[in-house]
Amino acid sequence: MSDFIETFFNLGVLAQVWPLLAQGLWMTLLLALACVPLSMALGLVVAVAQDTPRRWLRMLLVAYVDVLRAIPPLVLLIFIFFGLPFLGLKLDEMSAAVLALVLNGSSYFAEIFRAGLEAVGKGQREAARSTGLTQLQSMSYVVIPQGLRAVLPDIISNTVELVKQTSIASAVALQELLRSAQLAQGVVYNPTPLVAAALIYFLLFWPFVRLVSRLQHGAPHG
Amino acid sequence: MDKIVHYFFNFGLLADYWPDILRGFALTVEMSALTVLIGVPLGLALALARAYGVRPLNWLIVFYIDFFRSIPQLVLIVLAYFALPSLGLVMSPVAATVGALAMVLSAFAEEIFWAGLTAAPKGQWEAGRSTGLGFTQTLIWIILPQAVRMSIPPLTNRAIGISKGTTLGSVVAAPELLNVTSSIQSNVANPTALMAGALLFLALFLPFVRFTRWLERAVAHPRS
Repeated sequence: MSDFIETFFNLGVLAQVWPLLAQGLWMTLLLALACVPLSMALGLVVAVAQDTPRRWLRMLLVAYVDVLRAIPPLVLLIFIFFGLPFLGLKLDEMSAAVLALVLNGSSYFAEIFRAGLEAVGKGQREAARSTGLTQLQSMSYVVIPQGLRAVLPDIISNTVELVKQTSIASAVALQELLRSAQLAQGVVYNPTPLVAAALIYFLLFWPFVRLVSRLQHGAPHG
Repeated sequence: MDKIVHYFFNFGLLADYWPDILRGFALTVEMSALTVLIGVPLGLALALARAYGVRPLNWLIVFYIDFFRSIPQLVLIVLAYFALPSLGLVMSPVAATVGALAMVLSAFAEEIFWAGLTAAPKGQWEAGRSTGLGFTQTLIWIILPQAVRMSIPPLTNRAIGISKGTTLGSVVAAPELLNVTSSIQSNVANPTALMAGALLFLALFLPFVRFTRWLERAVAHPRS
């Protein structure tokens, strides 16, 4: 038992590598701060734009969403980081990671937002228009707020997935939490840093995972 | 334009590598199938066990699903591959990847099946019990079929999402499609291999993504 603690929960080792882990956590949070708002904004644009009467544009947007949902995000990241430089497009680790995660994240958000917007009855928009609001105003003040509320659990759960996904940036040596833990493990020859990183992720996301379960459980099923 | 063709669609370069690429593709398919075949039944078993309402057991189940939904898949894979050997548990990269992903899928599947089981109206339970069926019989024959039908669209979505995680195995050197194509691209110094990999992933997963679109419509409007 004491062997087990020594190996996986070694406090001496943890104290030694803590600065490195803290740095990694900070980078993970920065990544999240960049990816989440950008993905949501792009996803919302893609969802709202699908309302267009232009068939070709609608098909293009659906293709964007479906292709990006079918390509694994790590494939996208490797492609952007190692493939694009051949075209003279060299992105640093951070930009490549943000680009890959936003492309992937926006496609999922677009689907969620579209479902939310479809859940808002047509009468809502007609009523808004008939009170004299413009197309844009009735979208932004009437339809979108209701649509977002309808899919709030999915929005939270997808945000958690997106932030969890930032760990793939370790594959291009961006020093976020997972990468820091791996580096630390290499230094101390002990898995405590990896266990610590896993626990940090757990503590970070657990409240949100619980919240989503509550919200979904409380919602009436159709 | 020539540059794009030269660097991304130069399939002649891959002539010698197709057998490797196909082997990687086959492993990706195999790993995805195993993840689903282990994860979904395990999730169903957990949801059914939870239906019996045994307090301490349910706490354990809820902790299990929260744990595996809160930790990133890649972190679990790295942990399984690099930390478990300290316990004497040495796994191949493929086993570590499939094992970690199957646990994650089982956690999400449990939550989806559980939502389906709890959505059945009380009257269904009462009707089942009043015809003389026991608790387990009502659960299996009356409630479960309805829950499964409700669970299929979200479960398909989740299964696709987590199957895409088989690419994370490349980080621990599982020779799946991404791993194979990225080592080819560094051998030949041309990213056509990555393009081929991306196209193969698209060929594998896009039909399922399209299928979920159809499925969601079919469930929402059963008669159209």
